[in-house]
Amino acid sequence: MSKRRTERLLSIVVLLLSTRRYLTAEEIRDAVHGYPEQYDAFKRMFERDKEELRDLGIPLETGQNNPFDEETGYRIKKQDYELPEIRLEADEAAVLGIAARVWQSAELAGAAAGALLKLKAAGAPGLDDDQQPRPGIEPRLATAEPAFGPLWEAVRDRRPVTFNHKAPGRSDATKRELEPWGVVNYRGRWYVAGHDRARNATRVFRLSRIEGPVKMAGPAGSVTVPQDADVRALVKDWDVSPPRDHEAVLNIRVGAGHGLRRYAKAVVPADDGWDRVTVEFADVPWYADHLASFGADVMVVGPPDLREAVIRRLKGVLA
Amino acid sequence: MTQQARMVTSAERLRRLLALVPYVVSRKVVGLAETATAFGMSERELVDDLNLVWCVELKAPEPYCPIDLSYEGGEIVVSQAESIARPLRLAADEASALLVALRMLAEVPGSGSAVVRLIAKLEAAAGAAAGASAQVAVQIFDPPNGHGVAARLRAALDDGRRVHLRYYVPGRDEATERDVDPMRLLVAEGRTYLEGWCLRAEGVRLFRLDRVLDLEVLDVAAQVPADAEQRDVDQGLFRPSVSDEAVELELSANGRWLAEYYPCESVAELGDGRLSVVLRTPDTRWVRRLALRYGEDARVVAPPAVAEAVRADAAAALALYD
Repeated sequence: MSKRRTERLLSIVVLLLSTRRYLTAEEIRDAVHGYPEQYDAFKRMFERDKEELRDLGIPLETGQNNPFDEETGYRIKKQDYELPEIRLEADEAAVLGIAARVWQSAELAGAAAGALLKLKAAGAPGLDDDQQPRPGIEPRLATAEPAFGPLWEAVRDRRPVTFNHKAPGRSDATKRELEPWGVVNYRGRWYVAGHDRARNATRVFRLSRIEGPVKMAGPAGSVTVPQDADVRALVKDWDVSPPRDHEAVLNIRVGAGHGLRRYAKAVVPADDGWDRVTVEFADVPWYADHLASFGADVMVVGPPDLREAVIRRLKGVLA
Repeated sequence: MTQQARMVTSAERLRRLLALVPYVVSRKVVGLAETATAFGMSERELVDDLNLVWCVELKAPEPYCPIDLSYEGGEIVVSQAESIARPLRLAADEASALLVALRMLAEVPGSGSAVVRLIAKLEAAAGAAAGASAQVAVQIFDPPNGHGVAARLRAALDDGRRVHLRYYVPGRDEATERDVDPMRLLVAEGRTYLEGWCLRAEGVRLFRLDRVLDLEVLDVAAQVPADAEQRDVDQGLFRPSVSDEAVELELSANGRWLAEYYPCESVAELGDGRLSVVLRTPDTRWVRRLALRYGEDARVVAPPAVAEAVRADAAAALALYD
C-alpha cells in the first residue's frame, strides 16, 4: 500500500515538474497510475496527496491556463522546486558536518539530517567524507522540554498558542494565550517570547515551566511579529542580573574562598590565617546565600544587613 | 521488506527518493554500498528504492518511463532523471535546523571564517525558508575570561599542544593546578567546556571555561592516550554514576525551584508545595555547600552523616560571629 502511494506521489511530482501548462485533477488522474475510477474516491485521495506533497515542502502551484477555464489546474515551477546551486569549500563542508550534529537526538535532528542529505544530493563536495579529521569543537542543543516542538511550529507558522504555565515558587498553573514571536535558548535554557493576549503585554516564559500540551489557538499566519521585536534581547533582559553596586568587606581564610577572591576589588592580609577582602555585590539576599555556602571559611565584617542575613541563613540550617 | 523499511511512511520515503536520484546524478556513478551508508539504510532497502523509482510510469498522453537507471555490478547510474535531477529546496525546518546551529557555532570564539561564509551561502540557497530561523536564537554563556581562553584553547587544539590550567572547583572551593592534553571543546547546556586528558587525574575530564583561572599553552606536544574515551555528548554531559552517593533533600515551597536546577534522580511532592528530592553525587562536599546556602529551604535528610556534617559546618561558621 505504502509503496503504491510513494510511487503515485513521485509520479505526480515528475509529471507536474515537466509541464508548463496547469494540469487539472482529471488530467493528473489520467496520467498517473493508482487512482480509482470513481470520482468521489479519487477526489478524496487526491486531496490527501496534495496535502502530503505540500507538507514535504513541494511548491504545488494552482492556477488557470486562461481566464475562461473553470477548473483549477496544478503545476510545479522548476525554479521554486530546485535547490539553487551551492558550492562549499572544504572548511565550510567540515563546519556543516558539525552543524548537522548539533541537534543530535533533539527536536530538529531529523530536519538537520534531511537538510544535510539534500546538500549531499546537490553534490556539495567534502560532505561524503566521514573520515575527515574530528573537528576541535562539538556543540550540542538539547530540547528536553516537550513544549519545544509545538512552540517552534507555532513560531514558524505564525500561529497563536495556549498553554498552562507554572510561575516559579507557585504550585498552581495559570492558562496563557500567547502570540509567540520566537524561541530562544539562553544560557542552556529554552524560552518563548511574545505577546500575552490576556495581559496585553510582552511576556517571556521558560519552556520547562509549561505544563501539559501546547495547543494551537488560531490559523497559520494570524500572528504578526512587530518589526522591532528582538526576541534575544527580550529574553536577555528578562533574565538580567542586577548591577553590582554594593560593597562588602569579608574575612576569608587564607587558601579558601577562591570563588570570591576571583571577583575581589582588594585583598590584604589580616590576622593569623585570614585575609581581608573587599568585594562588590548586587543583592543582599542572593549574596548572603552565596556567602553562607562557604561555611567557616568566610566571615562578613560589613555591611550589617549582609552580616545579619548570613547569620540568619546559618541559623536556619540549625533550626 | 525488512521490519525497518515498513516503518517508513510514504512521505518520508518520497523525501528520500527525491534526494537519492540527484545524489546519484551529481556523482555520475556511485557504489551501492556507499550510497546506502550515506542514506542510512541497508543495500537491500536501497535496491527497493531504486526499483521503485525505475518503475514509475506515466500513462498519458502516451505511456512512458521518465526515469532510467541501472545498478549492475554494484554501481548505480541514472541515465535519465528528467525533472528531478536536482534536490528539492530546503524546507523551513531544515534550513532553520542548520542555520540556528551555525549561528550558535559562530558565537564560540575562534570558530573561524568558514562558519560565517557557510551561513551566507545557506541563507542564499534557502531563500524564504531561511526566514523562520530568525525566530530561534541560541545564546551561550559569555564568561568574563571566556573569549581569550576559548580562542587560545582552539589554537592549542589545532597545534596539538599541552596546556597548564589553574582551575577552580566550586564544589570544594579549591583552585587546582593541572596539565591537560586537550581533546576538543564542547558546547552544551549553554556553556563551553574543554574535554581533555588530565595528567593529574590520569583520566578524561571536563573543564568549564568560565572556571579556568589561568591558562598557559605549554611548549610540549599533547599526548592523549589512544584509549582515552570521548564522552558521548548525546547522552548528556553529566550522568550520575550508580556508585555515587544518594543524598535526600527536603525542599520548602521557596526552595522547590532547586529541583529544576539540579539533575534529580527522583522528585516527590510532600504537600504545601514542599518536595522530597534525591540527588547523586561523587563528592558530598558540594551538597554540604548547597545545604548551607539554602538553609531551611533545602534540608539534608539522608544520609545522616551528611546531615550532621552540614549542622557542624553551620555551627562552626556561626561561632565566628560570637
